[in-house]
Amino acid sequence: MTRSELGREAFVLGFSLLVAMAAGSLLVLLLGESPARVYGLLLSSTWGDAYGVGQVLFKATPLVFTGLSVALAFRAGLFNIGAEGQMMLGGLAAALVGAALPVETCAWLALPLAVLAAAAAGALWGAIPGALRAFLGAHEVINTIMLNFVASALVLGLGHRVFLPETTHTALVVEGARLPSLGLAGSAANLSFVLALGAALAVWGFLSRSRRGFELRALGLSPGAAEGAGVRVRATLVAALAAAGALAGLVGCNFVLGYKHYYEEGMGRGAGFMGIAVALLGRGHPLGVVLAAVLLGTLSHGGVAINALVPKELVDVLQAVIILAVAASSAVFSHQVRRSGP
Amino acid sequence: MTASVENVLELHGVSRAFGAALANDRVDFSLERGRIHALVGENGAGKTTLMRVAYGELQADAGEIRIKGEQIRPARHSPREAIRRGVGMVHQHFMLVPPLSVVENVVLGREPLRRGLLDLDGATRGLEEVSRRFGLGVDPRARVERLSVGERQRVEILKVLWQGCDVLILDEPTAVLAPAEVRHLFGALRGMTAQGLAVVLITHKLDEVCALADQVTVMRQGRVVAELAGDAATPAEIACAMVGREVPLQVSRGPRGVPDGTEALLCVEGLRVARAEGTDAVAGVSLQIRAGEILGLAGVEGNGQRELLEALAGLRPAAAGRVLLGGRDITRLGVAGRLTAGLAHVPEDRQARGLVLDFSLAENLALGRLAEFAGPLGLRRGRLRSEAARLLAAGDVRPASPEARAGSLSGGNQQKVVMVRELTRPGLRVLLCGQPTRGVDIGAVLHIHRSLLDAAGRGLGVLLVSADLQELIALADRVLVLFRGAVAGELNGAALDDNAAPERLGGLMTGAGEGA
Amino acid sequence: MSDFFLSLMGLAFWLQVVRISVPYALAALGGVTSERSGVIDLALEGKLLFGAFAAAWVADLGSSVWLGALAGAAAGVLVALLYGYLVIRLRADQIITGVAINLLAFGLTRYLLKLVYGSTSSSPPTPGFEGGLAANPLLWLLLLVVLVWPVLFYRTRFGLRLRAAGEHPEAVASVGVSVPRIRWMAVGLSGLLAGLGGAWLALDNHGFTAEMSGGRGYIALAALIMGKWRPLPAVLACLLFGFAETCQLHLQAVDVGVPNELVRSLPYLLTMVALAGFIGRSRAPAALGRPAPADGDRPWTGGGNDRPAPDAAREP
Repeated sequence: MTRSELGREAFVLGFSLLVAMAAGSLLVLLLGESPARVYGLLLSSTWGDAYGVGQVLFKATPLVFTGLSVALAFRAGLFNIGAEGQMMLGGLAAALVGAALPVETCAWLALPLAVLAAAAAGALWGAIPGALRAFLGAHEVINTIMLNFVASALVLGLGHRVFLPETTHTALVVEGARLPSLGLAGSAANLSFVLALGAALAVWGFLSRSRRGFELRALGLSPGAAEGAGVRVRATLVAALAAAGALAGLVGCNFVLGYKHYYEEGMGRGAGFMGIAVALLGRGHPLGVVLAAVLLGTLSHGGVAINALVPKELVDVLQAVIILAVAASSAVFSHQVRRSGP
Repeated sequence: MTASVENVLELHGVSRAFGAALANDRVDFSLERGRIHALVGENGAGKTTLMRVAYGELQADAGEIRIKGEQIRPARHSPREAIRRGVGMVHQHFMLVPPLSVVENVVLGREPLRRGLLDLDGATRGLEEVSRRFGLGVDPRARVERLSVGERQRVEILKVLWQGCDVLILDEPTAVLAPAEVRHLFGALRGMTAQGLAVVLITHKLDEVCALADQVTVMRQGRVVAELAGDAATPAEIACAMVGREVPLQVSRGPRGVPDGTEALLCVEGLRVARAEGTDAVAGVSLQIRAGEILGLAGVEGNGQRELLEALAGLRPAAAGRVLLGGRDITRLGVAGRLTAGLAHVPEDRQARGLVLDFSLAENLALGRLAEFAGPLGLRRGRLRSEAARLLAAGDVRPASPEARAGSLSGGNQQKVVMVRELTRPGLRVLLCGQPTRGVDIGAVLHIHRSLLDAAGRGLGVLLVSADLQELIALADRVLVLFRGAVAGELNGAALDDNAAPERLGGLMTGAGEGA
Repeated sequence: MSDFFLSLMGLAFWLQVVRISVPYALAALGGVTSERSGVIDLALEGKLLFGAFAAAWVADLGSSVWLGALAGAAAGVLVALLYGYLVIRLRADQIITGVAINLLAFGLTRYLLKLVYGSTSSSPPTPGFEGGLAANPLLWLLLLVVLVWPVLFYRTRFGLRLRAAGEHPEAVASVGVSVPRIRWMAVGLSGLLAGLGGAWLALDNHGFTAEMSGGRGYIALAALIMGKWRPLPAVLACLLFGFAETCQLHLQAVDVGVPNELVRSLPYLLTMVALAGFIGRSRAPAALGRPAPADGDRPWTGGGNDRPAPDAAREP
């Protein structure tokens, strides 16, 4: 990225955040509250103490994964709106596998198995729309959204059979499959955050340094040229969405393996859609995604704190405004890399 | 001196810039009633821009526009205004809506209404009348997507005539026509001017200019550099004015043909490629390219050349037939496999197929050649950059900087990038070329022609698909003509050197047999 | 199970199908209008939701069903104006903007719900449809719309220009007609219809529930694709989806031996099947998703002396 391109992207970001803050302030005023007070509480409850920081990291971790998921698909020219469903199934899979293992399984075995299960479930849920797109030309936007609904129904249905009686969650996973906490003043932040950073590094390395990453980027920017250069378009499309699904599935590590140690209905809800905002804010770049995830994680945790003053749905509105602002300002100021849709 | 000559279109001191580039620089132009006035120059010379200003599609930065004596302020000008005053423009890229019918396309923008609803029947009657008057026959109810290129052009002209225009601006109308269709068009144009219409013909085809035009205006780099009378001008004169120096109109070559018994590098047997609607785009084509041979493929666009090229490159599946490279059957191989086997292609659409416009030049040069730059830790970027610099210099690409974004280069330079990438592929044996000099400036054209001749000289085989008959005659050892997906005929050796070659090729291209 | 098949014979079942299909049909017609003009219409879901909220709220405020319906339509138009500004004027990416508007709808309606009614899940009962379906004037109005739409598309000047704009906007611009203006109208009409569809949802339900659109906007999109972007076939496809949903409702109550999750997923799976082309292939308007040429100038491509590309033919 050249210097001027970087400057333009930074401008787009700054502008979008300003717009979002303005919109948020308006909504707050509508309720008769003071924006300064609300934003102040937002900041102090997040970066003000160790517990806040920990919670921010905890909330940011799923966003890193879903942000990477959406961003990776984006770079291949695909819209992954299905991170929500992929994430649900990943979490459920991790919980079920983690609980099914023998109790004495050591961490070296249990953890990778559970993590793999999460990734595999997500990958499957991503491969389906990927294949439909690659082989039948069915646009993935609607299919991924539909699969979100189907996943939701699946989890509900399966849940009735696998949840512990009288609860809405699965059995506890074995000791070996639990990720240790980061020890930040009792917050929920756990090793998954490190895993997420590792994933970001891996995606970065893949995209900028590897052959397949090069082919994927070419495919996203110009499918015709990629095909002409011998790239196996259909296989790459499926692989891209499957990988995106796997990344989203890994969200399961954060809640299931690192926090509650079981899968609960409604866990992590909204992280899939927030991933879209993260990917856009992070301009599709793994490092940007991490930073954006931390930012939106701040918003997310702060939202809980400000619920005393204003409905926490304000955060959802802010997130949507951010996406709109980024989409608008990047069209006006920066370079577009988009393709036509359904 | 005759009585007052009526100037139907006058431009005085018109200037128009696009950012830093000055496309029109104080241009004067006037068109007389009943005349055909040719506007020649290379693209980038500003002729299309000038006419778009005249038509109101673009606003002039400075200068005066008069239509039939009446001045129009640049701010008030628009295509609607131009049409109202009788000026119509037929664009180089057809402005037709394929799924709609001919009559729907013709009335778009000036739809006749009856009781609030579209009056297509009335419009059809009016259209048939205009069609008869000017000798441009076409079925009003047919859907445009089913028409041939020549017929579509007729619809474009009818569109303009139906709206009552008596001043026509045609932008590169003959670019996609076979010689016979060109003659038909010119006949129709002369018929129009005899009835008092006036025509501006934007073109770069010098022989047509000399044959048809009453007046010629030559533009270069945004300025008018010459105004000649049509019957006095010669192609060489005009070319000289266009480019500003003596121009070798073609690149020099040795004798045509390869020695008998030379190895056949590419053998195509009975290739059939299906089209979506069920008919065959390529209906059983067989050909051979021998080492050191340039095989030309001529044909009016839409007769299967593109599909044939794509099938040979591996981009389209073949319904039947075989393709053999150096004796090896590669029919089942995909693009990647064929590249490795030594069959590369330069695609017709360099921007959509040949380059990733958002990639740097270095990255573009690596397309399909990643194996050369792969290392244990991934792509070797340093190696890529240095190799790219070397290739760009060798390929005469300007600017020769590996970091430059491909989309920022001119068409000619973009084409050179694609050419050097394909021609320097390790293990290359046969190169397929689709319209390599389309949209390319004359300096780059010569370089590309030189590269192809050199490649043949090194023992490669080249398949050259081109809509430019002059190019084919200049470069090819043999020329095949494709008509309706099958080989209609072949010219080689002496037949190509003959002056009647273009006519004979043209005849085959329109299915009329040789010498129509 | 036999109960279910018995109910299939009853008039009540089919009336319910019609009732359920109305919001789909309205959204789909709106989507057809917008997409045939070249603008992707992913924000149908958001328009339905905003329309539903506005209808419930205003119907409550004014104790009038008609006012509610009007408010729903108005809300849809407002959303359409926002969307239109972003994608037509600013040329923002249509898919991202559409999805974002849907997300905005989800969050904002919940926020407003809290603001107005103090709850984030549902409103108290609000005025809605009384009496049978046949007596519902709104239904007859909508039937009229469904019949008028094909005439609008194929027999009027506006319809011709709209169809042309979605296939080849440059051609439309070259004859001096403003493509952005056509698209604004199309997008506005879509907002009107979809907003009305949302109003129907809320008025039928006698209240607003969070996220009550339930994916109908996306399903309507699938229906219009199935209908090959034509008004009447799209509405017929909506009836199919309405049928599927009605079946799902009946089967859920009955213990049928089919796993519950499959039943609940029926409309969504059907959508995916439709999109996969198993119910016929269809071709989108050629210029769908492509921003209109700016009124006036075309950007200068390439920096040097280029010979013109004689690529005048548009290949089928």
